[in-house]
Amino acid sequence: MSAEIRLHSNAIGTKTPLKQATGEPAWVKWSLVGTMLVFLSLFLVLPLAVVLYGAFEQGLQVWWQAIVDPDALAAIRLTLLVLVIVVPVNAIFGVAIAWAIAKFEFRGKTLLISIIDMPFAISPVVVGLIFVIFFGSHGWLGPWLAEHDLKVIFAVPGIIIVILFGTLPFVARELIPLMQQQGKEEEEASLTLGANGWQTFWRVTLPNIKWGLIYGVVLCNARAMGEFGAVAIVSGRIRGETNTMPLHIEVLYNEYMFTAAFAVSSLLTGLALVTIVLKSWVEYKDERRHKTA
Amino acid sequence: MSQSVNRSVIPGFGITLGFSLLYLSLLFLLPVAGLFIFTAQMSWQDFWQAVSHPQVVASYKLSFMASFIGASINAVFGTLTAWVLVRYSFPGKKIVDALVDLPFALPTAVAGIALVTLYASTGWVGQYLDLFGIRVAYSEIGVVIALTYIGLPFVVRTVQPVLADFEKELEEASAALGASRLTTVRRVILPSILPALLTGYALAFARAVGEYGSVIFISGNMPFKTEITPLLIVAKAEQYDYNGAAAIGVVMLLAAFLLLVLINSLQWWASKRGGA
Amino acid sequence: MSISIEQVNKRFGQFVALDNVNLAIKTGELTALLGPSGSGKTTLLRIIAGLEQADSGIIRFNSEDITGQHVSERGVGFVFQHYALFKHMTVFENVAYGLTVKPKKFRPSKAEIAKKVNNLLELVQLGWTADRYPSQLSGGQRQRIALARALAVEPKMLLLDEPFGALDAKVRAELRRWLRRLHDEIHVTSVFVTHDQEEALEVADRIVVMNKGRIEQDGTPEQVYDNPANPFVYEFLGNVNLFHARVKQGQSSIGKLNVPSPEYTNSDEQDGLAYVRPHEIDVFNLPQPDAIKVKLDLVTIVGPAVRLEVIAESDQQLIHVELPKEQFKQLNVKQGDIAWILPRYTKVFLGEGI
Repeated sequence: MSAEIRLHSNAIGTKTPLKQATGEPAWVKWSLVGTMLVFLSLFLVLPLAVVLYGAFEQGLQVWWQAIVDPDALAAIRLTLLVLVIVVPVNAIFGVAIAWAIAKFEFRGKTLLISIIDMPFAISPVVVGLIFVIFFGSHGWLGPWLAEHDLKVIFAVPGIIIVILFGTLPFVARELIPLMQQQGKEEEEASLTLGANGWQTFWRVTLPNIKWGLIYGVVLCNARAMGEFGAVAIVSGRIRGETNTMPLHIEVLYNEYMFTAAFAVSSLLTGLALVTIVLKSWVEYKDERRHKTA
Repeated sequence: MSQSVNRSVIPGFGITLGFSLLYLSLLFLLPVAGLFIFTAQMSWQDFWQAVSHPQVVASYKLSFMASFIGASINAVFGTLTAWVLVRYSFPGKKIVDALVDLPFALPTAVAGIALVTLYASTGWVGQYLDLFGIRVAYSEIGVVIALTYIGLPFVVRTVQPVLADFEKELEEASAALGASRLTTVRRVILPSILPALLTGYALAFARAVGEYGSVIFISGNMPFKTEITPLLIVAKAEQYDYNGAAAIGVVMLLAAFLLLVLINSLQWWASKRGGA
Repeated sequence: MSISIEQVNKRFGQFVALDNVNLAIKTGELTALLGPSGSGKTTLLRIIAGLEQADSGIIRFNSEDITGQHVSERGVGFVFQHYALFKHMTVFENVAYGLTVKPKKFRPSKAEIAKKVNNLLELVQLGWTADRYPSQLSGGQRQRIALARALAVEPKMLLLDEPFGALDAKVRAELRRWLRRLHDEIHVTSVFVTHDQEEALEVADRIVVMNKGRIEQDGTPEQVYDNPANPFVYEFLGNVNLFHARVKQGQSSIGKLNVPSPEYTNSDEQDGLAYVRPHEIDVFNLPQPDAIKVKLDLVTIVGPAVRLEVIAESDQQLIHVELPKEQFKQLNVKQGDIAWILPRYTKVFLGEGI
């Protein structure tokens, strides 16, 4: 008996770690971790750092001045206006189309889902161009709009429209697989218990899709704030009127006002960081729910 | 007595589908169709001239080549990142994981000015590279760097869930059958994440080809050298040469649709194999 | 509340789910719709509930034609196979749901709702779970809550779709008996769908055997088991052995054995199949007149019974026999020995069977 026990120790007091069945040796592991950290630092951390450094390099006062500059404030206001319109509209669209796709059978579902994915693949510049062609003064609806004294291109409505286009998929793409996976049994149960459509939606469906909806809204928000290429074409860059924050940053940079450019950038960067924190948090909450279900 | 057939007992089909289709048509289908129709008005010659002008062709080469290289870099390092995040723990892992989403969340213009500041000759990284005579800002290398940045999350985020769901038992079976660790990784794990990797690759590529904001600062926009195709569209639009812009736009749109078809096929293939 | 199903048809694309189905369910009965997958039983249940629409035909509740009524107005209590409890609501809120969605006019006060819910939770013996969430309960508990939820709105009938299908064997058996006792107490017209014949035989007042969208037989458990109408019902409701038989003028011959088959008194000589249940075969350790000589190929003791696989000497046919352990012991035979078997009771169907 004692001879068998001896087999697994070289000498009294030391132990031989048994080789793990499925794992890499420590040196491999740490080299991989190290490589990854270098890669991510280079591409993610450094750019982040350079923005924050550049913004505050000349002190808090200068930073503040850049923010409260009238053109900057106008850009901030415009960006916020865009958010307030674009996010709710695309959220409603996302919920509606996810409802149609998840709870019913009809032909052409796959095609519909593919169409929703398209704005992702289209270059933002092309998006802007498409709407300039449609609404621009040399474009199709141009004369009609001019007649009615409506300005879309080189004005705020145009900016809102292109951002609506660019952020169209976000909420829908989150909700469609989620609602498909949840099925329709709970809704059917609600109906058998006498509830009508609205009651069923508010009390049964909405709580179930809560996290997916928040996630989609967070992503939609981030993209809406940062949209650049499309807005660059349709806005006309009229200072104080049709510059969103990203455009204002470009203007500042091109005029060599680097600190001011970074200062305004730092606001958007802060929001970006909030976005990724929120995103992680929502994912975490959603995972926890799955674990207990 | 026969009842007219309902689609389903759950209410709201008409209103949700109707609204969705209306919204999609007005915002998406009509405008995109508009671009094609507008371009169709051009004569074939004018169209061809616009899209085959040497300057434009140079921009295709740059956009596609740089996107290709960027996506390839992401394929390697992105998979590595996904592997490390799924399989290892280290202090600060959660922060690193969240940070991967930065290119999604950060406005491209901000990324653009950050990158050019970093890699300019006076920049934090640029000054060291300058010592070796490597010029990054205002060169093709700069474009590649920007497009690598922008595509970074795609490979990581498509490979991560597949790797996380990977059944440990398969690795254990492989080890029990006598395979070395490297062999197990090479022949058991990597093939199963291949569909997801390819999908992420295609997504990163598609995103990079159309990218504008994060590239135009670092590229320097030198004609025939560091102009990306989206820039040319903007330039033509600013000169009111809408025909030219639209023609190039159509080319980009078609490329985008092709990529989308490719991505969807990859995802379909992946699901058939039981992968992602 | 009686249910009348008249000439109901339903197809899904090319697939015929229900083919001219007619059925009458009496008030207070506990009826089982029994059949294999694809037999149409779940489709029929969902049509009664209003979760699907028939292509043609009429559904009546107490003689009233409700075919066009929307599910939310039919007042049926539906219990789903996977419970369909509202995951983000507590057990209390789940059970109270039906009462809280009633239009203001008909809605009971909060106190009344609480009283009702608590009574129901006591009825299903889960009063202590009121503040829990469904994810914190076991499968069997969830199903009982689903039942309580359905009962809260005092439905005219209970419709259960494979209610115990997602549970493991022991819980299934417990809940079966529990459902039967509950029904004896409440006497609400109930219809449940199952593919498990044992479940149907144990629980139901009436069994409706379905196959490929048609009703094969409709009767009490005893009727359906002892007097199956056709080979399908016979084979579906229990294990069976098949023997070739020659049928002539009121007699069927299986090997040397002749059994009376009065239903075929007037038919010409034909081939048929004799159906014999494993436990309706006598086993002897000495030769018997007309008995079939067999070799004991496999002897398995399963709890209180013994299952034998025997091979007939004459044609090497494999026959299943089941008998109580005590009887087997008295025979004093073991695996590999020779024995003689005699079917005690058999039912003969003409033709090739199903």
